[in-house]
This record gives sequence, structure tokens and C-alpha cells, in this order.
Amino acid sequence: MSKNMEPVDQREALQSALASRERPPKASPVSASLTFGGRSLLKIKYVPEQLFDITAFPIIFLLMFTYMFGGAIAGSTAEYLQFVLPGVLVLTVVMITMYTGVELNNDITKGVFDRFRTLPIWRPSVLVGALLVDLVRYTAASAIMITLGLILGFRPEGGVIGVLLGVAILLVFSFSLSWIWTTLGIIMRSEKSLMGASMMVLFPLTFISNVFVDPQTMPGWLQPIVEINPVSMLVVAVRGFMEGSAAMADVGWVLLVSAVLVAIFAPLTMYLYYRK
Amino acid sequence: MEQQTYAIEAEGLVKTFGETRAVDGADLTVPKGTVYGVLGPNGAGKTTTIRMLATLLQPSAGRARVFGHDIVEEADQVRARISMTGQFASVDKDLSGMENLVMLGRLMGYTKPEAKKRAKELLYAFGLGEAAKKQVKTYSGGMQRRLDIAASIVVTPDVLFLDEPTTGLDPRSRNQVWDIVRMLVDAGTTVLLTTQYLEEADQLADRIAVIDQGKVIAEGTSGELKSSVGSGKLHVRLFHPETRELAKQVLGRKLGTVVELASDPSALSTWVNDVNRAAHAIGELEREGIAVSDFSLGQPSLDEVFLTLTGRTAEAAETTENEETEAQG
Repeated sequence: MSKNMEPVDQREALQSALASRERPPKASPVSASLTFGGRSLLKIKYVPEQLFDITAFPIIFLLMFTYMFGGAIAGSTAEYLQFVLPGVLVLTVVMITMYTGVELNNDITKGVFDRFRTLPIWRPSVLVGALLVDLVRYTAASAIMITLGLILGFRPEGGVIGVLLGVAILLVFSFSLSWIWTTLGIIMRSEKSLMGASMMVLFPLTFISNVFVDPQTMPGWLQPIVEINPVSMLVVAVRGFMEGSAAMADVGWVLLVSAVLVAIFAPLTMYLYYRK
Repeated sequence: MEQQTYAIEAEGLVKTFGETRAVDGADLTVPKGTVYGVLGPNGAGKTTTIRMLATLLQPSAGRARVFGHDIVEEADQVRARISMTGQFASVDKDLSGMENLVMLGRLMGYTKPEAKKRAKELLYAFGLGEAAKKQVKTYSGGMQRRLDIAASIVVTPDVLFLDEPTTGLDPRSRNQVWDIVRMLVDAGTTVLLTTQYLEEADQLADRIAVIDQGKVIAEGTSGELKSSVGSGKLHVRLFHPETRELAKQVLGRKLGTVVELASDPSALSTWVNDVNRAAHAIGELEREGIAVSDFSLGQPSLDEVFLTLTGRTAEAAETTENEETEAQG
């Protein structure tokens, strides 16, 4: 039956490759997650355009909001920059988290996910790996915006440590928030419907907040709504760190919200992922 | 080490999607170290069955064990022993062949150097050495399918599920895949494959389950299936189409069977159980003055088996199923 299309030594190679019944020990959760992270990095290598969101957004958003609103809201753009940069940083990174869901939604319909699901690995590793790489993306976006801010005259009172702590808590929150997008990314049938749903959540979440203006200037009925918005809490914490006046309570609230998000949406995502 | 004789045992597997019963009580027993073919038209429930056995779908009812491990309760133990090559490439088309295999090697627990070594070995063995660094989306269909199978044996599994392994492949690539399956079984792996090609099941499978509308309607070796519908079919073609009615009467009388008229106006056929009676019947045609252009008596093809079992040809069944699927979708 065999047509001997390949040279004889290749047939032998095939035989010996098939004969190997070596069974390595099970991959550890860390190693599996890092391998999936490596997969995401390789994708960036092949499609570098996908870095557009983390490079262009920070620059456009910071320039746009600083110079558009600065004069009207704070009297001068230089003063407004001090106030608005932590807020726009939060806005930008929180917006970018949405792409986690979009990528998963695109990815999950591909055949390779069937293979991942039949592997004897720590189940969440496929998502944890992707989210770890997203953390790198968020860090890069933050670095770009802060660098631009410094060039434009942003002078954080909290110093280097304050800025780093501000970025750190932003990353914690963004990682936690991403699990909402992974959940939606699995549920939604198309990228379009996913984008629609994500925007419905994101727009109120980021704009009904203290990102652009002090809530004290808002009508009384709106202030409590703005204050219980998790994004406002995050902005307060990040501003606190960067201004060198962070309060433990503000930081505590952000960490609590993050923990609750992970506790609800990580198991939900995993359940849906293995049911799909 | 293990005492089981069967690699896979499934009892009354059911999978419903809303109102549709995609799999409706499938029983399968697959002996170790064999190739088991699940044969049926599109939409018969083959893919759903294989996805349940590979732990990708949970059965709505019934149970199945792979090497003694329950596919629901002990899914992790099952996953440690199986590999699955899906109908559509189960590799990452955005990455290169090498990157795919190294990634899977790492996920299976190899260290990075080990994973690279195994990936190189497999790429060479599967004739993909030169394409190793190219993105999989640039591969031909046959190359993708070979990489897909290579990805399934990064660690040689005890059971390999192949969902329509040669659909859409040219004959040369198909033969390569068949060769690989045979060598894999020689090396001790049990293979369960689905196919809609009767020839493929005939060529590869030790045992075959014919599945239609979610049910196993026949099971056995290819020979058993064929003999269950009669020892063979006598095909006769006449010189003169106008003598066909007479020939039909003669054959019917001599053989005591139902004679079918083929679409070719000078051809007719019938099942026969006894070769000698068939020879006599042909002789009788000559005595009646009916000129026979040619005749043949052969083992029935699996296509004929399918027709006899379901009353439809495989193609007709496929068309109906497709229409139903489209109507639902």
C-alpha cells in the first residue's frame, strides 16, 4: 500500500518517532501558564499592528484630553495635566483591557482550542497565560503615557516610588477586570456583539467617574454614584500614590473590588470555557 | 499493568442540543491496539460522539470509559492518555510548525530543550522539516493535516481520535495519512477515526460502526458488515435494453430475489446468496436468447451496505442532513 513517497530513512524516522512512548511529568501550572504567555508573545511577533492600542491610545488620549479640557476645567493645561494624567492613565488601560475578551473571542472558535482542552494541564493556564502577557501590554501603555506626561511637564509629588505603586495597583485592577471580558468573550457569539456589550459597560464605567473632573462640581445626586464607581476608587488610589498622599482605605477598596471580580468571574470563565 | 481488553467502552451515549438528538444512544467497544472506524454521512453524529469521548463535550446521558477511566468523572486521567485531531486544523495557524510543536511539548511537560528535540524529530519524520519555520497558514492541506497528527503524538497517546482525517485531501496526502495511522497502530496506539468515506473505513479499520441519525445501526468487521447484507451483488448488463424486462423476470424466477433496475437502461442487479445459483441464472439468460454484454459478482461495497441498512445512499443521507442543518442554522 505504501507508495514510498519519502526516502527510506524518513520512514525509519517516522517509525522511531512513533515508537517513543516516553511520558514526561505533568507540566506545572506556572510552566503551562508561561507557555501560553509565550504563545501570545509569538502572536505579537507575527502581527505587530496589534500593538497599536497600547502605543497610540495613550498618546492620543493624553494629548486630546489635556489640551481640549485643560483651559476650561483647570484654567491652564499645565495645571490640568497634574490632575488629569492619573485619570486618563486609568481610562486608557481600563479601555485596553477590553481587547483581552476580543482576542479570546477570536481565538476560541479556532480548532487549536479543542486541542488545548484535551491536554492534561492546569485548566486556567490557557487564560492566565494570556492575561499575564496583557499585564505586559498594560505596563507598556502606562510607560508610554507617563513618559509623554513627563515631557509635557507632569511632575508627580509621589516620586518614582509613588508612580510605580500607582501603576502597580492599576495593573492589579486591570487583571481582575479582564476576567469580565474573558467571560463575555466566551459567551458572545461574534466580535461585534462583544464590542457592543463591552462598550455598554465601559463607557458609563469610565466617564461617570472622577477621571476628568472633581466630583464636588457635580450635582448632589450624581456624586454618590460617581463615588461608588470602582473606576473612581481606582483613580483616587492612583492619584493618591502619584501625589504622595495615598490613603490606606482607598487602596483597600480597590483591592477588595479586584478580589471580588476575580472570585466571581474567574470561576465563571473557566466553567463556560470547558462547557463551550 | 492494566487488565482491560478494551480501550474505549461506551454505553448508551446521548447528546442533545435543544430539540436535536445529535447522538441517540451510541454503544461502542473498541479493542486495544486496533483501528476502529465510525462511518456515516455528515450530520450522523460522528463528530459529536468523538468529541464526547475526547472530553470536549459532556454526554447528556449514558457513560463511557477510556482505558477504564470515566470520561466525565475522571476527565483528567482520560486527557493524559488521549490525543485528538479535529476535523478542522487543531493547530495554531498563526504560528510556525516548529512553534506549535514546541509549545505542545512544553504543555505536555517536556523541558524546553526536550520539547525542541522532539519537535525537530517529528517535523523531520512527517516530511515538514523544510517548512518548520513557516507559519502554518501557508501550508498545503496535506501538510496541515500531517502537522496536526504530529501535534497529537508529541507524546504518543494510548488512544488517538481522528475526526475525518482525510476529508479534503488529495489521494497522495490521503495515502500518507493512512500510512501514518497504520504505523501508529503497529506502535501500539488505539485509533478511533470517523469517516464518511466507505473506502477509508474498509482500508484502515479493523472494526466499523455504521452510524446514522445518532444511532449505531450496524457494527462489525468490514467482512461481517458485507456478509450481513448478502454474499454479494450480481450486476448484469445486456446488449439490448429492450430485453431488460424479460431478463428481470428470468433472474427473479431463477434466484427468487428482488431484481433492481439500474439507471443505465441496459443494466440490472440483484443480491445473491449462492454463487452457483448466480452462474446458473446467467446461463438461463443465454438460453432465453438474451445477449449479456457483461456481468459481475462482487462483495458488496460499503456504499451498498449503507444503502441496505438505511434505505438511502450515503450521499442522499448527507443531503438530507445538510438541509436540516441549514434549516436549523
